[in-house]
Amino acid sequence: MTLALTRPVTGRLRLRTRPRPGLAVAAVFLALILTAVAWPSLFGGDPLAADPLNVLQAPSARHWFGTDQLGRDVFDRVVHGARHSLSIGVAATLIATSTGILLGLLAGLGHRYADEAFSRTFDALSAFPIVLLALLFIAVAGTGTTSLIVAIGVALTPHYARVVRAQTFVVRRAAYVTHAVAFGASRPRLVVRHVLPNVLGPIPVIAVIGLGEAVLIAAGLSFLGLGPQPPSPEWGAMLSEGRGYLHIAWWASVLPGLVVTATIISLTALGRHFQRRFEGRTA
Amino acid sequence: MSVASAVLRRVAAGIVVLWAAATAAYLALLAAPGDMVDSIIGDGADTPQIRAEVIAEWRLDRPALVQYLDYLWRAVQGDLGRSYLLQRPVADVVGAQVWPTLKLAIAAAVFGSLLAVILAVAIRRPWARRFSSTAELVMVSTPPFLIGIVLLSVFSFQFGLFPVSGDRGFAALVLPAVTLGLPIAGLLAQVLRDGLDRALDEPFAVTARARGLRERSVLARHALRHALLPAVALAGWTFGVLIGGSVIIEQVFGRPGLGQVALQAVSAGDMPVVIAVVVLAATVFVVVNTLADLAGLLIDPRLRRS
Amino acid sequence: MIEVENLRVSFKLPGRVVEAVRGVDLRIAAGECVAIVGESGSGKSVTARSLVGLAGPSSTVTADKLEIDGADARGYTSRDWRRVRGRFAGLILQDALVSLDPLRTVGAEIGEVLRVHGIGDRRDRPQRIQQLLTDVHLPEPERRVRQHPHQLSGGLRQRALIASAIAGEPRLLIADEPTTALDTTVQAQILKLLAERRTAGEALLLISHDLAVVSRLADRILVMKDGRVVETGTTRRLLTASGHPYTKELIAAASGRRRVSDTEPGPVVAEASALRKVYADRTVVRGVDLTIHRGEIVGLVGESGSGKTTVAQLLFGLIEPTSGHVRFEGQQFSGVPERARRPLRRRLQFIAQDPLSAFDPRWTVRRIVGEALGRGEPVEPVLIRVGLDPDLLDRYPRQLSGGQRQRVAIARAVAPRPSLIICDEPVSALDVSVQAQVLDLLAEIRRDDGTALLFISHDLGVIRDLADRVLVMHDGRVVEQGPVQAVFDHAGHHYTRTLLAAVPKLEVPA
Repeated sequence: MTLALTRPVTGRLRLRTRPRPGLAVAAVFLALILTAVAWPSLFGGDPLAADPLNVLQAPSARHWFGTDQLGRDVFDRVVHGARHSLSIGVAATLIATSTGILLGLLAGLGHRYADEAFSRTFDALSAFPIVLLALLFIAVAGTGTTSLIVAIGVALTPHYARVVRAQTFVVRRAAYVTHAVAFGASRPRLVVRHVLPNVLGPIPVIAVIGLGEAVLIAAGLSFLGLGPQPPSPEWGAMLSEGRGYLHIAWWASVLPGLVVTATIISLTALGRHFQRRFEGRTA
Repeated sequence: MSVASAVLRRVAAGIVVLWAAATAAYLALLAAPGDMVDSIIGDGADTPQIRAEVIAEWRLDRPALVQYLDYLWRAVQGDLGRSYLLQRPVADVVGAQVWPTLKLAIAAAVFGSLLAVILAVAIRRPWARRFSSTAELVMVSTPPFLIGIVLLSVFSFQFGLFPVSGDRGFAALVLPAVTLGLPIAGLLAQVLRDGLDRALDEPFAVTARARGLRERSVLARHALRHALLPAVALAGWTFGVLIGGSVIIEQVFGRPGLGQVALQAVSAGDMPVVIAVVVLAATVFVVVNTLADLAGLLIDPRLRRS
Repeated sequence: MIEVENLRVSFKLPGRVVEAVRGVDLRIAAGECVAIVGESGSGKSVTARSLVGLAGPSSTVTADKLEIDGADARGYTSRDWRRVRGRFAGLILQDALVSLDPLRTVGAEIGEVLRVHGIGDRRDRPQRIQQLLTDVHLPEPERRVRQHPHQLSGGLRQRALIASAIAGEPRLLIADEPTTALDTTVQAQILKLLAERRTAGEALLLISHDLAVVSRLADRILVMKDGRVVETGTTRRLLTASGHPYTKELIAAASGRRRVSDTEPGPVVAEASALRKVYADRTVVRGVDLTIHRGEIVGLVGESGSGKTTVAQLLFGLIEPTSGHVRFEGQQFSGVPERARRPLRRRLQFIAQDPLSAFDPRWTVRRIVGEALGRGEPVEPVLIRVGLDPDLLDRYPRQLSGGQRQRVAIARAVAPRPSLIICDEPVSALDVSVQAQVLDLLAEIRRDDGTALLFISHDLGVIRDLADRVLVMHDGRVVEQGPVQAVFDHAGHHYTRTLLAAVPKLEVPA
């Protein structure tokens, strides 16, 4: 009771921050990116149209992001690449969250031995750095978009599984579950009414932050040439191609790179904002 | 006693994780596409006689379980098999490239942790914090290859301060280490700052101030140790970023190293090398994590109870 | 020594300013013991901390006069304050588990004070630290010096904290709820130690929510409410001739009030026989027999570690006894599958100390209480019955005050018309005035519904106010039981007598 005086003061400072302009920018930017995913031709022309007379042109009114070594418009390629890069991230995140939720619940609600087995498996999988785990998977399954998606999905699964398992344990031991027992609730009823909502509630928010990470890894792997193969426009692959011309045409790699970065920052910033709001609500 | 048993328990857990990781890698080897014999022959001549020789040489005629146990046993002794592609022991192929990567990882880790501590400890004023935490968000979210490309184009191509590629001398290490260290600095700084803020809010910090300590001493003598705990727990994660990042960084800066080896092996389907790199990384991860756990025990006496 | 006039402290929060202290006058003379009493949010802690310049971040402190040790402290820089802190005034907070740095040894914490103020030289400091630990009666000081706070019991920890506060030989000790987290008997020992410090010449500023705790020590008492001093005077005048209604309310709460009922106990509702619970290496409950009749309130009292909460969990069927059995409403309740207990479940309810964690954070009050009712039964009457405004129906529990939350918990417990409610420290986390209201409510429910209550508490005063019968637990056993009056008047067991003697009572100094 005595300590209550110093704590909430700073606690509230952290929670009730003023609306920040950065968040609005992030939201608008993401909206643009999503539009580009849904309807790329709205913004740009043909991403594959080569123009041998205009290779490696600097950014101008006609070519906002300049042109690449084949004279293709970099902006058009970035716009069309959004669909590739984001759908890889979204698909991988969906795989990771759904498997993670399933495995995490099995570990958290199952028998002690099941939990032990699952947890050790998560531990072992987490021992591989994510990029290497994805590399291993690609080595087994071959390069290509599908294999990239599954590789990232598998590599990120332990993270979600752990979060779900830990949260399940917290909820299972929560006093309100004890109270539900006092009303004669059966086990399935407890799981449906208390455990699932409280465990799954925070997942979408975590997944938004995780989506940023998935996009980051996907761009990295396709930068290494392990993703969609040329000439399809993909952000990471574009950077990789542009790297070769860095000394004469920085825009061909740096500008697509900035779009990738802005996307990831926006996802992370929005995700964290929702997370703070969420914690403020349940804490 | 209790400390010894706590240490033993962590080491044992590390060994179990390591075994599981090696097994997972072996399963990947089995799951690799095509016949193992085909992979080994590659583009070479393919006759029944050569096939028989390959089977005899790699002893592929034994039951799967025996091969698995043999793989584990040899792995413990440091024998990671032979590269399909290069026809050399994997240990040699990997061993030759460990040092450049290790050098890069250590330089990046040192740079990243130092920057993180400076950011978290030195920047305490509200407006500076807001600026700093935005910078950290950018550092964490920027793909390392973009950082690398930007640094390259500015410092190497524009000003010619650092070499464009290769691994000759200290100058060649600077840009890659900064590139790899920035994301680490970003996250560690956030964790440290959060830990410091929490610790400075705790009653023991009030008690310490009430003894007449300067705010700086409260920070250095009390809060910092508390903030280190979550940061140390991130050591394993940091290591993962370093290894995964070095694969990409080596590509950007044209450096030799494990990343290049792994990448070539993945494109060529040279599974023994891929697996060796992955298992090596997992081993170092487990070692780093176990050390971090033990460091946690050292910092926090409360964890020493069983 | 300290002279404060019109002290005002406000906190700047985003979008609003909270005035925590609104004009307090305070005077402490050398060697005097002054107490500030008030409930949470009264501003008593902020007032005390302002005296050492630690009102908190984002606070603004103003005063017409703020004289500390004869000097005007209004323009003090942090450097000036540091000379005051530890040297002129030592601060003792609640619960040393978090008020001492958990990562450092007791010796390092005390040594820090000596080092900061340059007391003694390096070589004789270990000697000094041991002497300080001896002064606060910490047994085996040589060993304790190297131990961490979590390795000490609550009472020993608090002694170590006091040792660190007196290390700088301050002339004033500020003790902010120094005994609140402690067991009654330990509380008495710490109060004795504080009294000793005073005899040694230190002035004492005591902050507490409990009038009874401070009445033993204080020369003068200030009663605070909403940032203002509502009444002040010598302890004697305040306790015998208080003028302000709020003071009277606090005195009434501290003196307690029997809530007797003339309802005759009915048939047996629950009984436990020869209950034992053994965990891997520890026997927590060693043979407890217990019978509860309809319409009866049975108090179960004991200190932390006595096994009283385990007994509650056994009765409630949350854990299985190692041996012995529990019967509820004439049916076997222990050693049967949960399925067999389920039909009886709604007849047996539970109220915990911390109601917030007992509610699903995603549920509103309507849903929480609604779950306890049958289908289609309206929720409003239940809320009105426990004294809650039906407007609160669509709030989440985290939006309610502590007292309101406990009322929701009670509403949920009484809604299914149970025959027995187990209450585990239901009022311990509440302010004294709210405590009294909640106890009234529980007594009323027993009277109207004939519901039996098993009331578990460490606080003998609360038990005396509410229970018909009392069981005293110590070390896993019931060492004494009987009607409340009989046990309180003629305790047979020496442990009960120790416990009774340690209960803080309002003591009017002669």
